Amino acid sequence: MSLTFQVTGLALVIATALGVPLGAVVGLTRFPGRRLVTLVLYTGMGLPPVVVGLVVYLMLSRSGPFGPLGWLFTPSAMVVAQTIIAFPLVAALTMSAVEGVDPDLRLQVRALGATRWQTGWTVLREARIGLTAAIVAAFGGIISEVGAVMLVGGNIEGQTRVLTTAIVLSTRQGDFALAMALGIVLLLLALGANAVLLQLQGRAR
Amino acid sequence: MSVNHPPAFELAGLRHRYGKRTVLTVPHLAIERGETLGLIGPSGAGKSTLLRLLQGLERPSEGVIRVDGAPMPHPLPLPLARRITTVFQRPIMLDRSVRDNVLFGLEVRGRKERGLAEPLLERLGLSHLASAQARRLSGGEVQRVALARAMAIEPDVLLLDEPAANLDPANVARIEAFVREVQARGTTIVLVTHNIHEARRLAHRTLLLIEGAVVETGPTAAFFESPAEARSRAFLAGELIY
Repeated sequence: MSLTFQVTGLALVIATALGVPLGAVVGLTRFPGRRLVTLVLYTGMGLPPVVVGLVVYLMLSRSGPFGPLGWLFTPSAMVVAQTIIAFPLVAALTMSAVEGVDPDLRLQVRALGATRWQTGWTVLREARIGLTAAIVAAFGGIISEVGAVMLVGGNIEGQTRVLTTAIVLSTRQGDFALAMALGIVLLLLALGANAVLLQLQGRAR
Repeated sequence: MSVNHPPAFELAGLRHRYGKRTVLTVPHLAIERGETLGLIGPSGAGKSTLLRLLQGLERPSEGVIRVDGAPMPHPLPLPLARRITTVFQRPIMLDRSVRDNVLFGLEVRGRKERGLAEPLLERLGLSHLASAQARRLSGGEVQRVALARAMAIEPDVLLLDEPAANLDPANVARIEAFVREVQARGTTIVLVTHNIHEARRLAHRTLLLIEGAVVETGPTAAFFESPAEARSRAFLAGELIY
């Protein structure tokens, strides 16, 4: 359970750190190729996790370009795969959230003397409910994910076995009681994490 | 209105277009320091466009705007941008308390004088709402919070876009009294209004814009008592349909 939380948490932090700024820039600015970036992000939201797992596997395999890192079948590989799954979700939903903020607000904020950065930050703050939704959606997407972490982590007991892969294994072994118990633990973990996120959102108001 | 200083704004050969459509033409206009210029005219006359140009939110398609004698650069350098502020026709409240909205301009300047909000709110009859969520206010309250927010930063230039539109007489009176206080500080004000009576009450000079062109400009008393242009007379008599 602790590994599940560590892998998902780290992937979520990285995806948020990269996805929120990118989503904000795409949502707030106009530049050539913006539609293409939007298309890529939206498509990324629907990336099949197992395909992400496959690609990360190939990249990290001994003959792959990142093979020398030795990350395959380690939690690092699982973090990479989950980050790739979560990142477009965070970025695209952040983009939608900042686009939902009244465009006149930016003029208003600038007319009150805000710098470009302060204006962007203010818009993000105004879009905080949408931002929380983006992070919650990404969290939900990766904590329940099984295909990619199974492929790149290898489901090694004590090393890369997370709740979802443990559920798969227990089910295959016919230990439905354990699988069900793990499923409940997973649900409770998701419930707790979302409660914390919502609490943070409430505090930001 | 000192003769020793260059005007707060001087517009020369200004022409502004949206696409191919020319929305504003101002051959020459000087707005003196400390004066209140009333901008009147029908909807779509270019009044709000002129305010956006003066705030530096848009760059004129042609011509030049001088600020204190120097051409206005684009984008506006921060120190210059921070001397000018606008109360928009539809002020947007940030999703925070009334007090925090009023303090926003100070916050972005790194100033933490939270005590500045209360006196401003008090002058506008809003003290009881300081802790209220700004998004839940009525239209009249929003207009007054927007004025307080603008004045918290003590701008040299205050651009007002229909500050009292659609308000009841009591709120109009409050806002006008506040604008008079701002005038007394020596703040340069450009007041856009549909309401010719409001311009008459507050403006030192009045400028009539129709379809993006300056019809007439002059001292307010003279403009209202003996307008030189036939279209000004028609506008003041309410004969221009808009």
